Amino acid sequence: MAKKQAMPKSAPGTHVSTKDIVNKKIAYTWWEPEVQYSWSVGPAMSRFLEELKNGKIVGRKCRKCRRVIVPPRMFCEHCYGPTDEWVYLKDTGSVETYSISYLDADARRIKEPILVGVVSIDGASPKHGFMHYFGGMKPEELHIGMKVKAVWKPKEEREGSIRDIIYFEPVKKGGRKK
Amino acid sequence: MREVAVIGGGMTLFRRRLLETGKELSYLATKMAMEEAGIEKQDIDMVVLGSAPDAFDGIHIKGDNLVDGCAAAGKPYVRVFNGGGTGVFAPIAGWWHVASGVADVALVVCEEKMGSCYPHPQTAFRHIWDPILDRPLNPNLVWLFAMEMNRYMTAHDIKKEDIALVAVKNKRNAVGHPCAQLADPNITVEDVLNSEMMAWPVQRLDISPPSDGASALIYCSKDKARQFTDEPVWVAGTGWTIDSTMWTNRDLYFPQYVANAAKMAYKMAGISNPFKEIDIAEPYDPFDYKELHHMEGLLLCDKGQAPILTREGVTQRDGDLPVCPSGGLLGVGNPIAATMGQKVCELYWQLTGKAGKRQVPGDPRVGVGQAWGDIMQMGTVIVLRK
Repeated sequence: MAKKQAMPKSAPGTHVSTKDIVNKKIAYTWWEPEVQYSWSVGPAMSRFLEELKNGKIVGRKCRKCRRVIVPPRMFCEHCYGPTDEWVYLKDTGSVETYSISYLDADARRIKEPILVGVVSIDGASPKHGFMHYFGGMKPEELHIGMKVKAVWKPKEEREGSIRDIIYFEPVKKGGRKK
Repeated sequence: MREVAVIGGGMTLFRRRLLETGKELSYLATKMAMEEAGIEKQDIDMVVLGSAPDAFDGIHIKGDNLVDGCAAAGKPYVRVFNGGGTGVFAPIAGWWHVASGVADVALVVCEEKMGSCYPHPQTAFRHIWDPILDRPLNPNLVWLFAMEMNRYMTAHDIKKEDIALVAVKNKRNAVGHPCAQLADPNITVEDVLNSEMMAWPVQRLDISPPSDGASALIYCSKDKARQFTDEPVWVAGTGWTIDSTMWTNRDLYFPQYVANAAKMAYKMAGISNPFKEIDIAEPYDPFDYKELHHMEGLLLCDKGQAPILTREGVTQRDGDLPVCPSGGLLGVGNPIAATMGQKVCELYWQLTGKAGKRQVPGDPRVGVGQAWGDIMQMGTVIVLRK
């Protein structure tokens, strides 16, 4: 039997280095889109964001699957029917997972790391929470399962945004509010 | 359903930036696949394109921009995409064109050009996040992987050293791949562990690079297969599943949606013991831990066992279950949809004994390929058999 041709039999394509671009060795064209968006957030998130302004976290209860859901939605994606009622949750929870990031949103390097992760919110069903920052601790103190509490912006500075919570910090020993 | 044979594959060079346009890259990959299959443009009945977010190319509805490069002008043509899942979902879509009987010969082209986006393709990834709750936090996509990796490591008490073994294996495997962007015959676990910290626990060498590139695959129906080849490889099973977008409402330690997709594919293929019956696996490995996570999702081992198989050498090219013998995304590169070249074309080349220096010994007969995408929610699986 004839020897088979190894595949892929070649690697067509021409590599371009950053130097080639900087030195204008290759022809290129450029475009910077200027576009902006404004999203209406819908009934569920309107209430959620409004309650954040009041310093409260709310979820929705689905009686059929007995979930208390946060972030809230007006329909349950499992039961595929309407959720039934609003439920006030605590502003405490536990760290479900986290990262210590030395990258900003454009993948640029930063010196002071961002502590970020998912918080499971107390009063909601297990594993139900949202992404947020952590603070008020050293990076090495952060761990999965850690009990945390929301640190809110001063009331007059809140604007109905997830950023009305500045970050989640460790629950103080003794469990009392400071 | 009709039986469907794979009769040709093609791939371009994978690099951070390539001179050729997306259209030209699509042409180069397609032309190579057509030459291997021994067909011309007029033999192709229908074309499927896979390409992930438009925002990388900066050309919206880029499917129509790429038509001419995909040999699709004047033919039925459709673009499919589900983020990183596209590299296996596009060949699934191509399969159903032929399995259903609407086409006898179908071409699948996967293209990605990430190098056009400045300052970094990460900037385009910002547009995939939920605008209400996530974007105000200025997220970076690496965070997602870091959070999932941490959850996986913590759930099973896995050490970073064991995860780094995957990066070492795949970058070394890629040495035999002519298209490879990050092949490294000398890389060590220490290199990975000492590489720049990006977002703990993710370090620079845990990650596959952004790339430009294209790949192509050609299918034909069983009754036509003998016309083109003496050694057809068959699509034995396909599966795909998406989970809820609400990724903060589930435990990230196990990709249940990948398991559901795998069960669907294995049922179709008549596979009851995947570890025993599968000879080669190409799970999606954009990050080193993802190979392990996906081996478990593909039910190739119990939960938490993939690092042990890796440490014991089972997943090496000459092991009992070679995993990512292509070199994967970590070694060959990650032009998102075009990774069909490693995940599906590679299986075809391995099963036909054409993988050259990458060839897995022992006459492999069954291979599974898998991809993963959207926001940690999409699993796509294909099983090939000769």
